[in-house]
Amino acid sequence: MLLIPCPYCGERSENEFGYGGEAHKVRPENPEELSDEAWNDYVFLQKNTKGTYYERWVHSSGCRRWFNVARDTLTNEVLAVYRMGEQPPEVEQRTYI
Amino acid sequence: MKARYSIWSLLRNALSYHENWPAAWRSPEPKQEYDAVIVGGGGHGLATAYYMAKEHGMTNIAVLERGWLGGGNTGRNTTIVRSNYMWDESAALYEHSLKLWETMSKELNFNVMFSQRGVLNLAHTQNELRVTKRRINSNRLNNIDSVWLEPEEVKKWVPAIDLLGNGRYPVLGGSLQFRGGVARHDAVAWGYARAADALGVDIIQQCPVEGFDIEDGQVTGVRTAKGTIKTKRVGVVVAGHAGVLADMAGFKLPINSRPLSALVSEPMKPCFHTTVMAGQVHAYCSQSDKGELVIGAGADPYNSYSQWGSNPVTEDTVAAICELYPIFRRVRMLRQWGGVVDIAPDASPIMGASPVRGMYLNVGWGTGGFKCTPGSGNVFADTMANDRPSPIAAPFRLDRFQTGGVIDEHAAAGVAH
Repeated sequence: MLLIPCPYCGERSENEFGYGGEAHKVRPENPEELSDEAWNDYVFLQKNTKGTYYERWVHSSGCRRWFNVARDTLTNEVLAVYRMGEQPPEVEQRTYI
Repeated sequence: MKARYSIWSLLRNALSYHENWPAAWRSPEPKQEYDAVIVGGGGHGLATAYYMAKEHGMTNIAVLERGWLGGGNTGRNTTIVRSNYMWDESAALYEHSLKLWETMSKELNFNVMFSQRGVLNLAHTQNELRVTKRRINSNRLNNIDSVWLEPEEVKKWVPAIDLLGNGRYPVLGGSLQFRGGVARHDAVAWGYARAADALGVDIIQQCPVEGFDIEDGQVTGVRTAKGTIKTKRVGVVVAGHAGVLADMAGFKLPINSRPLSALVSEPMKPCFHTTVMAGQVHAYCSQSDKGELVIGAGADPYNSYSQWGSNPVTEDTVAAICELYPIFRRVRMLRQWGGVVDIAPDASPIMGASPVRGMYLNVGWGTGGFKCTPGSGNVFADTMANDRPSPIAAPFRLDRFQTGGVIDEHAAAGVAH
């Protein structure tokens, strides 16, 4: 069970939250001019890091607000939580093989 | 040539208290160079090596395994084998695999305990009922056995079931594939390993891959914990680490890695003769030959490489098992674990060329790779040995997400992602 510290409500259990996948993925400008390759990259391809991963969560059964989490995907440790629009804070960059 | 396993070898070895069985495969040090290297010593990787050696004469190859054989998802799944998938592309692949299962023990001279006890997929909602009936029709057009059972027929097939699910999980019917069933997962890895080794394949355990040597877009070597191995052909056949290996090779994949949970109970006398899957409520159940209930749960809703799975997922599954099978309410569970599964956006695998020349992918088997162990190995060996997509594997190419040729099998895959 993950305990996720929602920046608005505090620590709650994971089943109150919804998952939004990789964070800081910006929707491309001028979608009508975008190539198939660029669409593929935006819609399907993603980082799938084993280690420090930046991701989006939404507190569905709470304040219903979106925010970002930096989490170690091997140990499930939450390394940092920050609001939408904020730059990711400095956290330990862990990687595993 | 290895001594064959038979009733006579069993008797002969019984005389020496089973202390003199020869090793089933060698444990060689890696050579400097191979014609091809398979990364991943699970069922799929070992099957790939076996078919490359047997059907394509490539015996100067190595299988690299980071831990021990079958210690990843091969040893962590709930061993269900079936081929009742929706689309023609999947039907061809999974049915090809099921046919290989039917002759596997004999071909490998290794009892994989393949038991065609039937797989029943329950429908719990109107939507699931419609999708299931449509899939049955699709299966039958592809010559795959599949029948619809009304609720009273479900009860006849699985007497232990409560059709109302205690009022919480009512059963509206289900699809039954008689030729489906279960197999002994370790034996599949061991059987392929022994047969591949006999053909000259080097199986190297405790040898994690740390990187790839790539020159001008062509793979030239694999960097491992046991040194660099030169090769111009690499097959990446891993579960749970496709993203990590892709990252080493410098490209991204459309894959999310998540733990899929399972659990087993204490052993009991035979009481559950078939395999039942309930995709909507995430409760899969069969009874192993040791008497344990083998229970499959859902996947975690977020990316993770932890091999334990999250509590709410297990709790939901146990709740559904207790409501659907009241006789199991007081059964104690022995173990719970998770296997990290690589899920593609369309719940179908990715097989074929990668952005790096000479590097082939056989990944993204998601929540249901075990059933396709022989089929995947067979068509991927053809793909790698002949450097072109095998006809059955061709639709599962990586660029299908760019071209729009996705093969959506979320309903047939069972586990909702």
